[in-house]
Amino acid sequence: MNNDNRRYTFLFIVGTICVIYIARLFALQVATSEWKNKGSRLTEREVVVYPSRGNIFDRNGKVLVTNQTVYDLMVLPKDLQPFDTLDFCKLVNLPYEELKEILKKSVTYPNVKYKPSPVIKQMLPEEYAIFAERLYKFPGFFVQARTLRTYPESLGALVLGDVGEVNGDILKSHPDYRKGDYIGLSGIEKSYEKELRGKRGIKYVYRDNLGVEHSVANGQLDSAAQEGVDLYSTIDAELQKYGEKLMQNKRGCIVAIEPSTGEILALVSAPTFDPNLLVGRARGQNFAALAKNPLKPLFNRATQAQYRPGSIFKLAQSLTALQLGSITKDTRIACNRSLIGCHGAHSMDDLEMAIVHSCNPYFRGVLQRVVEANRDPNNRAKDAAIGLSIWNEQIRKLGFGSNLGSDLPNMKKGNVPSTEYYNKKYGVNGWNFSTIYSIAIGEGELLINPVQMCNLACIIANRGFYVPPHTVKQIGRGGSARTEYVTRVDVGVKPEYFETVVNAMEKVVGPDGTANSIKLSDIVICGKTGTVQNEPREDHSVFVCFAPKENPKIALAVYVEYAGFGGTWAAPISSLMIEKYLKGGTTNTGREELIMNAKILN
Amino acid sequence: MAASNKQNLQLDWGTIALYGVLVLFGWLTIYSAAFNPLTPSPFTFSEEYGKQLVWIGVCAFLIVVILYLDAEVFNKFAIYIYLFFVLLLMLVLVIGKEVNGAKAWFGIGDFGIQPSEFSKIGVGLFLSKFISSSGVQLKNLRTRIQAFAIIGLPAMLILLQPDVGSLLTFLAFILVMYREGMSGNVLIAGFASVVIGTLSIVIGAGRTTYPYFGEQSSIWTFLISLLGLAILALIFVRNFIVPRSRRMLYSVIVISLVLASSLAFSINYIVDNVLEKHHKERIYVMLSLPVEREDASYNSEMAKITVGSGGLLGRGFHQGPMTQNNYVPEQWTDFIFSAVAEEWGFVGSVLVILLFFALIYRLVALAERQRSQFSRVYGYCVAAIIFMHVLINIGMVLGLAPIIGIPLPFFSYGGSSLMAFTILLFIMIRLDAERLSIFR
Repeated sequence: MNNDNRRYTFLFIVGTICVIYIARLFALQVATSEWKNKGSRLTEREVVVYPSRGNIFDRNGKVLVTNQTVYDLMVLPKDLQPFDTLDFCKLVNLPYEELKEILKKSVTYPNVKYKPSPVIKQMLPEEYAIFAERLYKFPGFFVQARTLRTYPESLGALVLGDVGEVNGDILKSHPDYRKGDYIGLSGIEKSYEKELRGKRGIKYVYRDNLGVEHSVANGQLDSAAQEGVDLYSTIDAELQKYGEKLMQNKRGCIVAIEPSTGEILALVSAPTFDPNLLVGRARGQNFAALAKNPLKPLFNRATQAQYRPGSIFKLAQSLTALQLGSITKDTRIACNRSLIGCHGAHSMDDLEMAIVHSCNPYFRGVLQRVVEANRDPNNRAKDAAIGLSIWNEQIRKLGFGSNLGSDLPNMKKGNVPSTEYYNKKYGVNGWNFSTIYSIAIGEGELLINPVQMCNLACIIANRGFYVPPHTVKQIGRGGSARTEYVTRVDVGVKPEYFETVVNAMEKVVGPDGTANSIKLSDIVICGKTGTVQNEPREDHSVFVCFAPKENPKIALAVYVEYAGFGGTWAAPISSLMIEKYLKGGTTNTGREELIMNAKILN
Repeated sequence: MAASNKQNLQLDWGTIALYGVLVLFGWLTIYSAAFNPLTPSPFTFSEEYGKQLVWIGVCAFLIVVILYLDAEVFNKFAIYIYLFFVLLLMLVLVIGKEVNGAKAWFGIGDFGIQPSEFSKIGVGLFLSKFISSSGVQLKNLRTRIQAFAIIGLPAMLILLQPDVGSLLTFLAFILVMYREGMSGNVLIAGFASVVIGTLSIVIGAGRTTYPYFGEQSSIWTFLISLLGLAILALIFVRNFIVPRSRRMLYSVIVISLVLASSLAFSINYIVDNVLEKHHKERIYVMLSLPVEREDASYNSEMAKITVGSGGLLGRGFHQGPMTQNNYVPEQWTDFIFSAVAEEWGFVGSVLVILLFFALIYRLVALAERQRSQFSRVYGYCVAAIIFMHVLINIGMVLGLAPIIGIPLPFFSYGGSSLMAFTILLFIMIRLDAERLSIFR
């Protein structure tokens, strides 16, 4: 029986295995909390409590943007049980193939069966109501309430902006966002994202064996959702709506600003669309349709278009030349139509009348006096180079070539040609005044954005300063605008120089002016027409103005593409806007109707 | 006869107590892991915990029957019991119900009987009878072949189902034969095979670009290494070993090389070409090798997380978040130890391991105090079978063994398993109770 000792070998093997297993248990359970934490991540669910975004009101307290509750139908694959797919698909109006695809995706990496995935996003309350009472029949499915934007006034799509779900690209640049969060993509929604967003709350819950959810650690780890801050915008809903109506079936834009405050009263880009189209499940489809539309309704012409300004730029040229001392208000220049074309009967205007007549040779002369001032008597090219730099510096003070510090996102800066610009284009000394003189009358390489045009009207209305145009006057009820929007920006032109320009603008809307048709009996409008050449197509019709003359309440820039003469379309639109804002409406319903019904979309 | 015997019975109450504690602990764990909040009563016979109560009742009846039987019955009828279960194993291949790809079940209404679980009783009894018969010496090759034939016949039938897990538990009988005199080299060879097999799978999973042969399985690197190792050993023997031992060592080295190489090659070949994809993946998961499908590692990962979730003292009965939310599929069957680990923590898990160790230790003690060799061999059979199950099952839950579906004795839900282990154990208790009246 020499095998008796083998009982110890046997017990030794058994004992060794027991020791190894106990050591392994120690490693998994006691030595590290790695596995325990992994478990917590599985069983404890982080419930995101989405804040509702701040509301946006118009300047009179009318609701422009608010929230509606919608429901995301989610699936938690691990809780799924066989269910009546036919019934389900019928209830939620989803093709069976799509459901199959969604369920497959919900367990395909990086989704796992214990993580919920969306089945149908943003069901409207009425859609959800049908499904809600049958939800119990489909274990594994549940709904998550979320809020969506809604626009009771159906206006201002582009100025108010658009909200979308955070996607991959945004996630990379915004680490504090998570997939599924909302983010403002344009307009006020974008520039005031920080205020509107609110703070996401997080509730940690775990489910006990009865399926009841309990908060973890008595909710000490939870954070409450903080609702977004309400914004009181500068927009006047009535005026905005009116502007959109006037511009229907036309291409172009209206910018209206209160000169003394820089508050944007209306920002119309035409053609526009109902912002409610870009909400909810139809968003993707509608967005694609709008993006494909050849009239580019998604393009905010008021902030992103860069137009040649045409004759309205003569106002800026006047102020600049006066300030630089190149001319006085009494300077007379012959209307030499061999140098540049002109129209109307006049021959030797002073500054005021030259503005009224929009005399092209006159302003060619003005720019020549600024640029060719014999600063380098021997070289005409060098002279122009020096002169243009001086001109450029002065004219930029009027806000051209910059975004004005506005809160409008993605605003285009335009182009104010500089010496460097022409050097690049023609080579150093490769150009002189005669190369560039068309910028004198707002043509050539000059590009101005409509907000800048309106801002010019504000500067003139204010006789020397502007406040950066902005869209929000109160952040939170009783709050104030951002500090940069309560500070005046001085443009460095003496107040007395404005009188000539203002008087001229008054006469433009007078008996002999280019916009005489819009003269009102009770409000003095100061304006300037522009007709931007656009060979071979129809000209753009432009008008900038402010009213009333003293203590102005509203400044406007109106740009109607391919519409022809400035006085025909842009000026009447401006006058109707002024009447709407100052008097609540016009008595000239004939004009109103004519404009609203006009279709300029050739 | 039975009645008079009963008065003389000296039941080992320690073993019976261990059995009772394990079964009770097991049932509590099933009650927690399979808990259905809609039917909280333990007597809900539509749920696993209710059904298991029925099985425990059946087992109590079986225990009484076994204790009333004459101990001689098991010795005398060993071969018939063996043949009966072999017959059942054949029958199940024909009329069995297929569950999870194996034809391992006789379906009787809602219940199923798994003959492979019971066949271990037959093998244990017959092997004990064979080894204890006069003139049998396990040192003889002939005897060994006969012994392996006894084990091999049911093992082959189980392989045909196919049920690799149950098959592996038959390795328990090698331990028994070792105790009864078979060479210890078997254990060493077995251990070496496990090491070589594991290495060949781990290394063979990779691919290497060889000069002239291009990209091939990295198993060749392993084979070349083995060859190099053998050459080094030969050089060592030639230079440092006295000449008279060299000849013998040379042949040992060469034979070892041939055996090791063919083992490595064939295991690698089997894993790559013979095993079904999910078996291969289970082995890969255990060895932390990359697998194509995410879910291949799901069970293993969830089991480990569930164990870790328990911590030192556990989450408490009915409180384990992983267990109560069914993260581990069918946790009340093969993965039941993870429920123990989560709800009772390190302390509870160690207690269960110690309970099993105590039971095996007690069985070895019982076996060793038998006067009859039949009883002793049978005692070792019981101890070894329980050990194999614990080894593979808990190893699987802890991620130390591949996922092999075999039950944890007395714990896992299932009538076949519980009844088979009860019968297995109580035959030993019955044999032990009469040890003093048997002289041989």
